[in-house]
Amino acid sequence: MYAFEIERPTTLAEAVAALTDEEAQALGGGQTLIPTLKQRLAMPSTLVSLTNIPEIQGISVDDSGRLCIGGGTTHAAVAAGASAYPALAHMARHIGDPAVRNRGTIGGSVANNDPSACYPAAVLASNATVVTNQRDIDAGDYFQGMFTTALDEGEIITQVAFPIPERANYQKFVQPASRFALVGVFVAEFFDGVRVAVTGASEEGVFRWAEAEAALSSDFSPGALDNIAPPPADGMMSDMHGSGAYRAHLVKVMTGRAVTAALD
Amino acid sequence: MAKISMRVNGQAVTGEAEGRTLLVDFLRGGLGLTGTHVGCDTSQCGACVVHVNGAAVKSCTMFAAECEDADVLTIEGMADPGGALSPIQQAFQDHHGLQCGFCTPGMVMSAAALLQENPKPTEAEIRTYLEGNICRCTGYHNIVKAILAASGQETETIAAE
Repeated sequence: MYAFEIERPTTLAEAVAALTDEEAQALGGGQTLIPTLKQRLAMPSTLVSLTNIPEIQGISVDDSGRLCIGGGTTHAAVAAGASAYPALAHMARHIGDPAVRNRGTIGGSVANNDPSACYPAAVLASNATVVTNQRDIDAGDYFQGMFTTALDEGEIITQVAFPIPERANYQKFVQPASRFALVGVFVAEFFDGVRVAVTGASEEGVFRWAEAEAALSSDFSPGALDNIAPPPADGMMSDMHGSGAYRAHLVKVMTGRAVTAALD
Repeated sequence: MAKISMRVNGQAVTGEAEGRTLLVDFLRGGLGLTGTHVGCDTSQCGACVVHVNGAAVKSCTMFAAECEDADVLTIEGMADPGGALSPIQQAFQDHHGLQCGFCTPGMVMSAAALLQENPKPTEAEIRTYLEGNICRCTGYHNIVKAILAASGQETETIAAE
């Protein structure tokens, strides 16, 4: 790693001020950023740790019934504390491994927008709102392609607010070496329709599978997928772990499994 | 370099660390606590697992500076100060839960975290919990047996896989 200083602010205002330095970078749980620094792929002069700020941690339900999770909340805390949204707690319980879940945070995962991370699928399928120190961003506007988001430099995710669906489930086909999703599908049924978000598959990062949403909105059953084709293999990631066609196939399989599990 | 203070295995310690000093390097190089191992240095293997404020973490994927004022427990803090092994360590010995022993510190620390959370885990729960701890020798079987034994459960019913 190149050398850098670490700051550990205890308030959001201090963190925002520290990040106005152009060469400063936010540090969440570090489960992606620290390996990146070890590879010398980043060269910040200062890391501003966001894990010591009580006001961006914790889980609550707001007046409109949304589950609000502070950006600095760990996956382990969501797994244990998101009982109002069981499918989300279940998803958090299966990220990485226990030691990773004790450090990694929702804000870090959503800010990084790894194309194989689990949280982006939950955020997009739930039509959640990403709340920052500056504004509210709809999930549909937030994700802008692999490792790319609507966040500006120095902007901090303070909260992610999830509308709670009537039924939902997340199924991931694990890439066993990295424990990331080879393909993961989050299905959420709301009173006005079904949303299906896919991670791990597309070169553009997380995406909504419109055909499956239409089919499942009229019939929320695994059989509703029988007559639709998997999404096009063109544009899917292709690597030593699976071809684009394989990933496209898995999208349909995992969507069916998520619907089955949501109905269970 | 900055001065960092924390409690390690119940003792207050102070040492010098750069921003980029990993917790594992602070423990091993700074404090001489070489029981915590670095297997992969890429967050995959779990040989470096320690507890920070009661939670299992990979000490190769956390900075020492993030542990200012924290309570850290390493493998050196598991045995009784008189030398008697902790029940988990004793079970690893009794059930031959190690061969080369390199992964063992991390395995024991993960097992301790599991049993704090879930005092009577099933075999499947143990295997799932150890996803982040890699062992090249044992095939995990005797590790799972040792953890079942440490939790006071029968071990004879487990079939080898």
